[in-house]
Formats: sequence, C-alpha cells, structure tokens
Amino acid sequence: MNAVRLLGLWLLAGSVCFAAEAPDDERYRALLYELRCLVCQNQTLADSSAELAGDLRRRVRTLMDQGLSDAQILVHLQARYGDFVLYRPPLTWRTAALWVGPFLLLLLAAGLLVRRIRRSHAQAPDRLSETEQRRLQNILDEGRD
Amino acid sequence: MKRRWLVPGLFGLLVIVLAVGLTRDPSRVSSPLIGQAVPDFRVERLAAPGHVFDSGQLRGEWTLLNVWASWCTTCLEEHALLMRLSGQIALYGINHRDARADARRWLQAYGNPYRASIFDEHGDVGIDLGVYKVPETFLIDANGIIRYKHIGALSEDAWREEILPRIRGARS
Repeated sequence: MNAVRLLGLWLLAGSVCFAAEAPDDERYRALLYELRCLVCQNQTLADSSAELAGDLRRRVRTLMDQGLSDAQILVHLQARYGDFVLYRPPLTWRTAALWVGPFLLLLLAAGLLVRRIRRSHAQAPDRLSETEQRRLQNILDEGRD
Repeated sequence: MKRRWLVPGLFGLLVIVLAVGLTRDPSRVSSPLIGQAVPDFRVERLAAPGHVFDSGQLRGEWTLLNVWASWCTTCLEEHALLMRLSGQIALYGINHRDARADARRWLQAYGNPYRASIFDEHGDVGIDLGVYKVPETFLIDANGIIRYKHIGALSEDAWREEILPRIRGARS
C-alpha cells in the first residue's frame, strides 16, 4: 500500500517537474535563436561557443527566472548591445535599405525586362516587307532546285 | 545619349557602396549606451576582497573606465599609454572574467595605472556595459554619462582625436 502511494507521489512529482520545466526550456532555446553572439557575429547565442555567448545565455536564464517576458529580455539586451544583438534586425530607417532593397531591385529588373520585351515586339513587325518577301521566295526557290 | 551612362553609372555607384563597405570594420558595433548614465553596479575591488566599489564613485570628474584582463594580449598594447594617462585623468579598471591572483600578478609585473579596478569575475558588469571585445574603454563625464566608447586597444590617436576634444568641448 505504501509502495503504491509512494509510486503515485513520485509520478505526480515527476509530472509537475516536467510540466514546469519543459515549456521553459523550449522558451529558452527559442530566445537564444533570436539573439546574436557579438564575438562570432554570424552565430546565434544557441550556436556559439564563445565565452561571451555563455555569459549572455546565463543572463537570459537569470532574466527568465526573474519573470521577464521574451520581449522584455530582448529589450534588456538591446539596451546594452544595440539592435545588432537581435538576430532579426528591426525595421528602422537605418535598416530600411536592407529590408526593402531586394524588392526594389526585383521591381527594377522586372520593369526593365517588360520594357525590353515590349520594345522587341514593337520593333519587329509581324509582316514582311515586299523586298523581304521576294528575297524569301528566292531562297525558297533556290532550295527547291 | 543619357541612357548610355545609365548602366556604367549604376555600376560605379555599386562599386562605391561596396568599396566603402570594405573599409568599415564590422566587428565594431556602436554602443547604445553613449549618452546614457553608467549602469549602477556595486562590485568587489580587485585589490581588496570584501571592499565594494560603487559606480556612484565615478561621478564628479571626467573618468576613463577601462575593461582589461590578464589573459588579454591586446591589453598590453595599450598599457604604456594608460600608464602615461593615469597622471592626466581619473582612470578606473574593470578586471573582466579573470582570476584574482593572475590579475594582481599582471599589475605587479607591468604596472598599475588604475585608481581602482573592480573584480568582474563573471562578466556581469561587462554585459551591463555592452562589453564584447576586451579591451574596451569608456569616457564618462562628471555627471556619470557615457560620452564615448573605444573598442580595442586605446591609441594615442584616439586619446588626442576622440577623447580630449570631448573633454575640452564640454569645458569651453
């Protein structure tokens, strides 16, 4: 009887621990992928093995334990390291070219392409002139001989 | 006539943009802390365990706050300059992620330019200051506002062209 109770208690404790920890770990990992390591700049905090990344991971953990929301944690680090610490740069005037530039180039290229196609259509009439017709006929006739 | 220059013009513009991009150092990220107050911290001093240094002590005069470590080889590059500057400006150190014994031995071997160094063993103050590349040097005015941040070894040029003009500009 006692053993059954103990087992029940153990399972209950286990499930409580699991429920309390699993979503937290998930949140932690998701946050690390949002943050850049400033030492090896093309890596997120999740990927980087630099010492600074370790320190910043510890800070993220601490802030989570203090009950800060994801947004508050990002703001906390942004206030210290600037926009660059965010792996996805926010849309500001300084980063506007980065966000809009590729689409502008695409539009420009599409515009040039359309213009070129139109012009080549306009330049090439779909009927041959009389001289051309005669030349064509000559070539065809020669071929037959 | 005009159209003939369109493509070479665009190409030239691209070359200029990329060339300027090449001259910039992507590892130097501007700090959002410029113009902000020094973050509050109360941390043990390197020289005196148990003796707390309060960031409020940095107020009252222009100061340089230099982040250094005994493991940091670049710190030796700027060390001679710091020794010279210690007579000209209030210079404080943040001993970053170091072992106390190593840091003290380093100061004994090369000389101690700092009025005081705080012992930032785990780099917590470093994070609050946005430090990511030791050495770094902060210029702080008499009201405790960060006015300038230098990343990497401090140079004579940076002292003369970035730091001194800011101090003089504020006085005049």
